[in-house]
Amino acid sequence: MTHSAQGAPLLSVEGLVAGYGSVEVLHEVSLEVREGEIVTLIGGNGAGKSTTLMCISGIVPVRGGEIRFAGERICSAEGGVRADRLVGRGLVQVPEGRRIFPRMTVLENLMMGAYGRDDRDGIARDLEQVYTLFDILRTRSGQLGGTLSGGEQQMLAIGRAILSKPRLLMMDEPSMGIAPLLVARIFEAVRELNRTGLTILLVEQNARAALKLAHRGYVLETGRVILADDASRLLVDPRVREAYLGEA
Amino acid sequence: MTETEVFMQQVIYGLSNGMIIAMVALGYTMVYGIVELINFAHGDVFTLGGFLALTIVGALGAAAVLDPGTLGEGSHWLLLFGLVIGAGLFCGGLNVAIDRIVYKPLRRAPKLTQLVAAIGVSFILVNLALFWGGAPMEVFGGGNAAAASKDFPELLEGSNLLGEESNVVLRLEDLAIFIVTIPLMVGLTLFVKKTRLGRGMRATAQNPIAAKLMGIDTDRVIAATFMIGGFLGGAASVMWSVYNNTISFQMGFRAGMDAFTAAVLGGIGSLPGAMIGGVLIGLIRAMSDQYIETRWTNVVVFGVLILILVFRPSGLLGLKQREKV
Repeated sequence: MTHSAQGAPLLSVEGLVAGYGSVEVLHEVSLEVREGEIVTLIGGNGAGKSTTLMCISGIVPVRGGEIRFAGERICSAEGGVRADRLVGRGLVQVPEGRRIFPRMTVLENLMMGAYGRDDRDGIARDLEQVYTLFDILRTRSGQLGGTLSGGEQQMLAIGRAILSKPRLLMMDEPSMGIAPLLVARIFEAVRELNRTGLTILLVEQNARAALKLAHRGYVLETGRVILADDASRLLVDPRVREAYLGEA
Repeated sequence: MTETEVFMQQVIYGLSNGMIIAMVALGYTMVYGIVELINFAHGDVFTLGGFLALTIVGALGAAAVLDPGTLGEGSHWLLLFGLVIGAGLFCGGLNVAIDRIVYKPLRRAPKLTQLVAAIGVSFILVNLALFWGGAPMEVFGGGNAAAASKDFPELLEGSNLLGEESNVVLRLEDLAIFIVTIPLMVGLTLFVKKTRLGRGMRATAQNPIAAKLMGIDTDRVIAATFMIGGFLGGAASVMWSVYNNTISFQMGFRAGMDAFTAAVLGGIGSLPGAMIGGVLIGLIRAMSDQYIETRWTNVVVFGVLILILVFRPSGLLGLKQREKV
């Protein structure tokens, strides 16, 4: 397997097993994200993509395997670093369905991202970066989060995550339920963020757009990684084309 | 007394009682806002606050407390504030302990399970109050029977603040209620708006998973919510006891019902809603006592509640619907 030559592994997931109740959702999932990469995790509904991210974020408990971040073990079946402490280490997620705070203003939402930070100058700088990236958020900064459109809420969720000062930004289905024009805008923003050095793990059902954006990709099917390769190769892989790109 | 004077008098009664109800209502609404649980034990936590206050007063001794000469000028206010803080911390701590021991293990259980557990805790606390009211309370009369009401000494004595000639009476106790409750409510509002922990509370109430993803320690936020809700209930119980000069193991049941109604009336989950709802219920009670009949007052209060629930189920300031993404 070849990959675009980039840095050391920032995140490595080894044999991850997890589930809910008596249902096992992930059966020994392994993946790796290196410094500076965009890695995408694609797969159909219920493949376990979101569960994988929720395990990495410490929200869903892990039953087996381990997760390492920046060389440190953050999670295994014996327990791990608490969810709220992972954010301070730079492990930040933009969750599926955006989960913005509906009764807070756009600015308050953004500042929730900086909840654990005290560096006023850094926060102001990151806020400016967010406003530059998504101009609409500046315009709407006094408006309640719940009144934004789906696409605007997605931008808000990404902006909020940027204010958490991520080393690894995990995004869960940023294109879901959003007008195509805004999807393009959001994917462009992801590319820009990556250009500034941010490492990104992108979960998507929109496989074509995700693979065009990413350096490498993993294909998840019913809780197992069935393919892992450079994104450009996955784009032309017959199995991917048939199952996820709608081509024969 | 003229008609207007009678009305003004009821407004004073209504506001004083309403402020106390509002303080208890805040405890219901804050806990509901953050863990979506109607904490049926809250009224009984309030009861125990009253019993603690009476026990402290009893330990200080009747003579010292009742004779202004022994303690000196202004000391009764100090004692009052001391009791408010003491009962507040006690009730807050008790509330946190109840959450830790009973509610937290049930956080992911069905709502009905949590509700029944809360009612169970309520029974335990009522009986604790009954037991507490047994032995050591003879000091101030009230008899030996545990279930009997206990006299709570008159901490604040004084003449009518509106002057001897006025037919409308504003007692020192009325003033004390405003002096204690208004700063606590203003403080709570500022706390929730301005502090980091307060922002964490709002975030956890609006979307707990997103709150965790922001690096918020939601367990700590929930504990703080129970602490603050309990503190307000404890402070209210002292004011209630001082105002009514009597406590009983059932005092939290009625106060709790009024406060719960107030929280729903204002829109459960909303802090200003609980404050406004509390004052409204206090005023409705007073007006009903005066212009209808005392024995109809509960009917009137719950009638209002039913009307609100039928025509505006989310309460006066409540959200149309709880957003769940």
